[in-house]
Amino acid sequence: MTSDTLLKLQAITKVYGMGEAQMFALRGISLTINQGEFVAVMGPSGSGKSTCMNILGCMDQPSDGHYWFRDVNVGALSRNQRTLLRRHYLGFVFQGFNLLNRTSALENVELPLLYRGVGSNERRAAARLALATVGLSGWETHKSNELSGGQQQRVAIARAIVTEPLLLLADEPTGNLDSQRSEEIMALLVQLNRERGITVVMVTHEPEMAAYAQRIVQFRDGLIERDQKS
Amino acid sequence: MISNLLTSTLPIAVREMQRNLLRSVLTMLGIIIGVAAVIVLMTLGSGTTRHVTEQIASLGSNLLMISTGKSMGPMQSSTAPKFKLADAEAIAREVTSLVAVAPQASSNATAIFANQNWQTNITGSSERYFSVNNRQLAAGRIFTTSEVRSGAMVCVIGETLRGKLFGTSNPIGARMRLQKLSCEVIGLLEAKGQSSMGSDQDDIVILPLRTFQRRIAGNDEVAMIQVSAKDGVTTNEVKQAIQQVLRRQRHLSAADEDDFNVVDMKEIAGILSGTTQLMTSLLSAVAGISLLVGGVGIMNIMLVSVTERTREIGIRLAIGALEREILAQFLVEAVVLSTTGGGIGILLALTIASVLAAVLQIPLAFSPLVIVSAFVFSATVGVVFGYTPARKAARLNPIEALRHE
Repeated sequence: MTSDTLLKLQAITKVYGMGEAQMFALRGISLTINQGEFVAVMGPSGSGKSTCMNILGCMDQPSDGHYWFRDVNVGALSRNQRTLLRRHYLGFVFQGFNLLNRTSALENVELPLLYRGVGSNERRAAARLALATVGLSGWETHKSNELSGGQQQRVAIARAIVTEPLLLLADEPTGNLDSQRSEEIMALLVQLNRERGITVVMVTHEPEMAAYAQRIVQFRDGLIERDQKS
Repeated sequence: MISNLLTSTLPIAVREMQRNLLRSVLTMLGIIIGVAAVIVLMTLGSGTTRHVTEQIASLGSNLLMISTGKSMGPMQSSTAPKFKLADAEAIAREVTSLVAVAPQASSNATAIFANQNWQTNITGSSERYFSVNNRQLAAGRIFTTSEVRSGAMVCVIGETLRGKLFGTSNPIGARMRLQKLSCEVIGLLEAKGQSSMGSDQDDIVILPLRTFQRRIAGNDEVAMIQVSAKDGVTTNEVKQAIQQVLRRQRHLSAADEDDFNVVDMKEIAGILSGTTQLMTSLLSAVAGISLLVGGVGIMNIMLVSVTERTREIGIRLAIGALEREILAQFLVEAVVLSTTGGGIGILLALTIASVLAAVLQIPLAFSPLVIVSAFVFSATVGVVFGYTPARKAARLNPIEALRHE
């Protein structure tokens, strides 16, 4: 494992169900991602890419195989320890934005810092800065339902980066947006990747979006079919 | 650790409550009503108990009431021949441990003055009536011994009757009609309010006993004899002495049971306050059940809210909320709801109890203990009934929670 390796999956399998109803979501994948990479994960639905993302995000445990995050064996962690790992090192962006309803943009962005125990003044300042980074200065007090889809996704990105994570996991971040908004979001992710060195792993269906990444990992039937740098 | 959890979850809980204000208020309603009901009932109950005790103490602590009929349990008796004035005189003469003896007879009749009339209680007694019953005069004078002996046409009236008949004019010296009798008002009693039995003690006319017997009742019966014992004499001694005299006066043989009974007002006080205390605890228990139902209401709403907020919980778990933080958030929400409800309930209870105590004319007996325990209880309700939903929320799988629509 080299010093710039961020994470390493080793012969990961994931099985759902028992006996006859057994279903393999992942059939033994190995993947190494270095710090600062921008990886696009592609593949048809049911190919195992979402399961892989859940495992990368420490929200699901593999049935077999090893997952190393830096030099931590994630498989050996308890549920609480995995949560702490998410809290301190990971950021999430979802297709459906997943902001808290009837909550201001600022409060949404503050949320991860609340769980880190950051004081309220510091929290507010960091959240304002993150919103500024995604181009939403002046929108702090707007409730999430008062924002457009593109703006909501930017708030979600601000929430993901406010903790300065090592890894940003984006699950079809442009899936609910039109092409112009999609391009804006992708430009933002690229900018965060380049300027801040945040490693980005993004699931997408669209080749246009995947083209923004430096590396494309193609899933099929629970296996990695192709792994190429662009 | 715990204070950390609290400082991070308390703002979240308060924010959630503000965001769902109507739901929060409706949830709290059960607790508000429960706490208010318990406090109001306990406050009024102990107020009533104190009122009864005070009333009976105001009758004079050494007061005994002698009435005819066999004693058949508290305040019940069979019929028997009435007393005569001679019986009271015999008691006064022979029982030395007494301060005063007041024979009494009473009935209802209409009192008339000018064009006003009022149905009132008419009591015939001696000048001792006033000291035995602890009644003071607001104006005028009481009967003289000779007025009592001769059966003079004079009377002392209570405040209620004065208001009804005389309005703003001065009643002293006025002549008032009671049935066929015309009598001069010589005294006005100080107001005393309701008795412990609920009757108005100021709606009354007091005549000399002889006047009453001749002009109102038309017989020489005495319905009741009130005596007040000297300080330091046990009521049992007095009772026995009175029994001896009365058995002889009423010609009872050794085999006969007493056909009269002597009641110590202290006994009645004990019975009455025991009864009101029992009623208070029963009613408070019922109110306590409503508090419990309020707790179930909180659990219900919290369970619904966990389901409704599954995605929110998923988001929180995904961005790094620990199980115990989610647990704490929902628990704190439940406790904040229940204690806020408890606080509002206490304020409501103070208001209602103050108003009711004024209307019912009983003293306001707020017990800090009751208020503190109602508050503690409502907080406990929050913890107990908030725990299940909170645990359900904390145990959610973040992936499934995020997928929840």
